[in-house]
Amino acid sequence: MNILESGHGELIQPFDLDEFREWNRTQKSRKLTDKLMTEAEAVSRFVYDGCYIGTELYGTVRCPMSLAREVLRQGRKDLRVCGQGVLELDLWLAAGIVKKLDITYIGLEVYGTSSALRRAVESGQVETCVEWSNGSISWRMKAAAMGVPFIPTRAMLGTDMIAHSAAKVVEDPFTGQKVALLPALVLDVALIHVHRADRFGNCQIEGITGFAAEMARASKRLIVSAEEIVPTEEIRSYPDRTIIPYYLVDAVVHAPFGSYPGEMAYVYGRDEEAIREWVEMSKTAEGAKEYLDKYVYGLKDHQEYLSFIGQERLNEMVALREKRG
Amino acid sequence: MTEQTYSKTELMICVAARLFEDSSTCFIGTGIPMLAAMLAAKTTASNLVPVFEFGGLGAILEELPRAVGEARTFHKGISASGICDTMETAQRGFIDYGFLGGAQIDPYGNLNSVVIGEHDHPKARLPGSGGGNDVGSLCWRTIAIMQHDKRRFVSKVDFVTTPGYLSGPGAREAAGLPRSSGPAYVVSTLALMDYDPGTCRMRLKAVHPGVSVDEVLEATGFELSVADDISTNPPPSAEELRLLREEIDPEKLYI
Repeated sequence: MNILESGHGELIQPFDLDEFREWNRTQKSRKLTDKLMTEAEAVSRFVYDGCYIGTELYGTVRCPMSLAREVLRQGRKDLRVCGQGVLELDLWLAAGIVKKLDITYIGLEVYGTSSALRRAVESGQVETCVEWSNGSISWRMKAAAMGVPFIPTRAMLGTDMIAHSAAKVVEDPFTGQKVALLPALVLDVALIHVHRADRFGNCQIEGITGFAAEMARASKRLIVSAEEIVPTEEIRSYPDRTIIPYYLVDAVVHAPFGSYPGEMAYVYGRDEEAIREWVEMSKTAEGAKEYLDKYVYGLKDHQEYLSFIGQERLNEMVALREKRG
Repeated sequence: MTEQTYSKTELMICVAARLFEDSSTCFIGTGIPMLAAMLAAKTTASNLVPVFEFGGLGAILEELPRAVGEARTFHKGISASGICDTMETAQRGFIDYGFLGGAQIDPYGNLNSVVIGEHDHPKARLPGSGGGNDVGSLCWRTIAIMQHDKRRFVSKVDFVTTPGYLSGPGAREAAGLPRSSGPAYVVSTLALMDYDPGTCRMRLKAVHPGVSVDEVLEATGFELSVADDISTNPPPSAEELRLLREEIDPEKLYI
């Protein structure tokens, strides 16, 4: 195949698909085993310094916040991260634990640009930013989920995105037209928050599914947190809703309000005031540190975090939820 | 008719809203495009099919979404799928319009939302492409919504994040982007621009009420041609303003 252009961005997570197959054969049990554990145990067992890690979904929606805070508490560092999260990655950036970024979008949507991202990148603390579009990073995971080395797309072409990514532009051997090839992305660890899971890791999501299906299938280790732990019979009654089957999952964490202060479709809305507090405090490094001390390092675990927020506040968010019908 | 007072942002949203075609599929990004889409759905495009990148399709926009993945993006929607589905839907030619924003735009409609300055040592790190590049690459036509000043309307963007017409006629096709796609309009705080089909360069099509042609040219950092049939955009109607203020953004997040 004729390579017409090569991005000079670093392929910060090289992959070997035969090794990935071997991993899936030997490291991912097909046995139904109880994987229920705490955030602390899951992070301590599966998240390690320097690992390539991703989170799902986006913005303040269904983000695995309880897991993200635990990663901070355990002092994990030098993380290589794919960035289409917002709130959870903002905390990580502010805490200085991100070394390299496959970046798509890190900003605060309605509240503008991310001060934590600006400080971390402009100071050189984040060593590398490799650029991808939201579609491209999801397709990279899709390629890994398909078990193939790359996926073609007609996005990214003609722009500076190609040069600052690790994509290649080639002549399509069938039509002769230019097409961009996106390398597969096999993550070391993924964190995904879902509506319900059983103890074995069968997961169901309500509302949009973002890129959960692709990320779950593209990861060597997968920690899921769930609003609700349900009996397997409930999963088996609605098998059409299972988006992540148990054998992909390494740890199941019961995390009610696990996306707070973000939202969870049909369960609770997002806490605008709490998000604004982060937006304001993260404007300076000192403010961000104060926030992290108050809401992360100063609290033992997710239970203590929820008690600190208070049931009354959480109930208000439940009242704000999207309702069906 | 009584004199209405309105802000530049309100006017920009109204002008953008009137560009939505009824029964068309539209990719909607965060912010002003959401307000414009809601206004369109409540006025001239009641059968609009809004598409949000993380999977919301055909939502009834009753309340303003604050994020592209939140539940209001699939409220009473037709489907709630995922990002691969929506982006692939655009890639195979099902999305008519995409609404975009950025920190900078050039005469060919190329947008920057990655960095100001050098990529590896930026003066300002911006959020990144997000879905912008996908939307600008894969939708049939795009509409950019921008504040109008010389810092944003520049002869050359610091980083081409989202493709407009790239370097001019034929450049998109030569780069491998889908045929017959590209920017249609720019709605700014001062005017409505389209693109000269011969040169693919931005062209002043209609000024906002109370804004002179010179004012627009002065606020543009490149040579902007002026359409022969240049007109003035109608001001927001009382009903448009009422919808914006009472139903769409009562909390005044944007207006």
